[in-house]
Amino acid sequence: MAKLTKEELIKMYSQMVLIRLFESKIGEIYGKGAIPGEMHLSNGQEAIAVGVCANLRADDAISSTHRAHGHMIAKGVDLKKMTAELFGRKAGLCKGKGGHMHLFDPSIKFGCGGIVGAGLPLAVGSGLAFKRKGLDSVSVVFFGDGAANQGTFHESLNLAALWKLPVIFVCEDNCYGISVTKEMSTAIKSNADRAVSYGIPGVAADGNDVAEVYQATKAAVERARKGEGPTLLEFTTYRLMGHFEGDPEVYKPKEEHEEALRNEPIIRLEKVLLEEYGVSAEELVKIKEARQAEIEEAIKFAETSPWPKPEEALEDVFVEGGVR
Amino acid sequence: MSRILTFAEAISEAMAQEMERDERVFLMGEDVGRYGGIFGTDVGLYDKFGPDRVIDTPISESAFIGAGIGAAMEGLRPIVELMFVDFFGVAMDQIFNHMAKITYMSGGNFSVPMVLRTAIGGGYGDAAQHSQILYSLFAHVPGIKVVVPSTPYDAKGLLISSIRDDNPVMFFEHKLLAGLDWLPFGVKGEVPEEPYTLPLGKADIKRSGKDLTIVTASLMVHRALAAADKLSAEGIEAEIIDLRSLVPLDKETILTSVAKTHRLLIVDEDYLSYGMSGEIAAVVAEKGLYDLEAPIKRLAVPDVPIPFSHPMEDFVLPNEKKIYAAAKALVQE
Repeated sequence: MAKLTKEELIKMYSQMVLIRLFESKIGEIYGKGAIPGEMHLSNGQEAIAVGVCANLRADDAISSTHRAHGHMIAKGVDLKKMTAELFGRKAGLCKGKGGHMHLFDPSIKFGCGGIVGAGLPLAVGSGLAFKRKGLDSVSVVFFGDGAANQGTFHESLNLAALWKLPVIFVCEDNCYGISVTKEMSTAIKSNADRAVSYGIPGVAADGNDVAEVYQATKAAVERARKGEGPTLLEFTTYRLMGHFEGDPEVYKPKEEHEEALRNEPIIRLEKVLLEEYGVSAEELVKIKEARQAEIEEAIKFAETSPWPKPEEALEDVFVEGGVR
Repeated sequence: MSRILTFAEAISEAMAQEMERDERVFLMGEDVGRYGGIFGTDVGLYDKFGPDRVIDTPISESAFIGAGIGAAMEGLRPIVELMFVDFFGVAMDQIFNHMAKITYMSGGNFSVPMVLRTAIGGGYGDAAQHSQILYSLFAHVPGIKVVVPSTPYDAKGLLISSIRDDNPVMFFEHKLLAGLDWLPFGVKGEVPEEPYTLPLGKADIKRSGKDLTIVTASLMVHRALAAADKLSAEGIEAEIIDLRSLVPLDKETILTSVAKTHRLLIVDEDYLSYGMSGEIAAVVAEKGLYDLEAPIKRLAVPDVPIPFSHPMEDFVLPNEKKIYAAAKALVQE
């Protein structure tokens, strides 16, 4: 497998940093009560979002979860519009009707939702549409280790395999479904092994190593684009935050969390860049500063952006026009 | 040119013509292909359009209804068949939380132009898990259009409109209307050969009358028409409103009729409580109460599952006799 170039890795690092800094900032603002609803952050899982999406084109689709900010940023969302949606503003991606768990952006072919395991059938549908249209676009679905025990997981893998659809199933094993560990919920160690049941490749890889994620996804995307069918990927990582902000995390052993902090993907990538690629520490600081500035700008845009009119709640139940 | 078609044939013809007209339209579901649909509604489509556009699915309702939603979001126009409405439970999340809500949650950025067709109704001894109506459940959740045809002519026109609509539409086909050898009843009627549309949200007055209004839908339209003939022989003229769609609901036609007849009987093959009959009664109570000369009367399944054995099934389902008796009592009140 070809080693990633310095430029490629720097680009991935920059995106991972953007996600991390964004999530941290959002967590801070949420803590002050400025963002409504629940808040699920993806700190520690950035390498998966970035390593997967580095393989994707604008015309590839993503179906994601309640923990979707990272995936959306990695797919190239307009950060201002996304932030405005989190704040419930009119200028948000969904005019303030979706919020943090229901982010939709047709311009990057992205959708997500708050029901565990429910995104898989939708991804099968976009894969079916690509195949029927004769396109070589692929459909990626992110889901957690908890979702892999839903019926939709098995139904969707069977259907995608049966119909040889260009779907990449990406299981982010972050060790927890809220408080329940994978050992408590899942009869086997690796969900990737479940691919055998559907006659498709199943690949388990280190989800905290962005290069490994990138390479595993690359093979799956190439296979899908060639019309050879779906792949199941499972990337192991760790949810550094609670399930949501406000989670007391009484179920997490302290030593486990400390070990995870030493193994988190951004520190690991920085070490690789500094030691193997000769990148200077100053260069990394500059990247962080530039990303932080983008975030501040997006937050400012959202905060100063007008609220929707209350009666706009009555619009968009149906699309107008009917016959098209 | 009009011909006489069965209800099932009218549905099949509507799908065939739309598939010919629009490459994006395709059909998927259980036994829709080589079998031709358990209730005969898909006969001929597989031979005409092949396995790529008439797709037999595994028994995986969540996956294939969800796949319909995903494909619709990508600009295709899927027709998805849920064999019996009673099976919706295994895919309820996909219908209620995704098909119905993605347009709204996305602020109108995504639309879901799909039709979810499903078979409804009892009256042939199929018992509690294969005889329900349930359209009110789906009408309750915002974001789904709910269409309920009663005749071959309406079925074809309403289905073509549903396929061309940019929103998710659930299309409810009563099994006893289908016209199959192994099922009782069955309706036939004149259907124009060329494609045509009927507006969604426009009720149809299937019989006009001055003495009472009967609001109903689907198979019960025919039961009400039979009862109306009997009433007419006794000098009572019932006006029969076939709703044709529950969402959108044509309140105006109902209120206009009640203003004329001053009496309202609602006949529903669905369960009595929290359903269509209650909704229609509420609309009239809110907007037409002073037009009424007698309390509103409802005839529906008395909040029990549909029993198997014939005498009991007959006891719970509305029929011609019960409609006749209820209408007569209402007029005399």
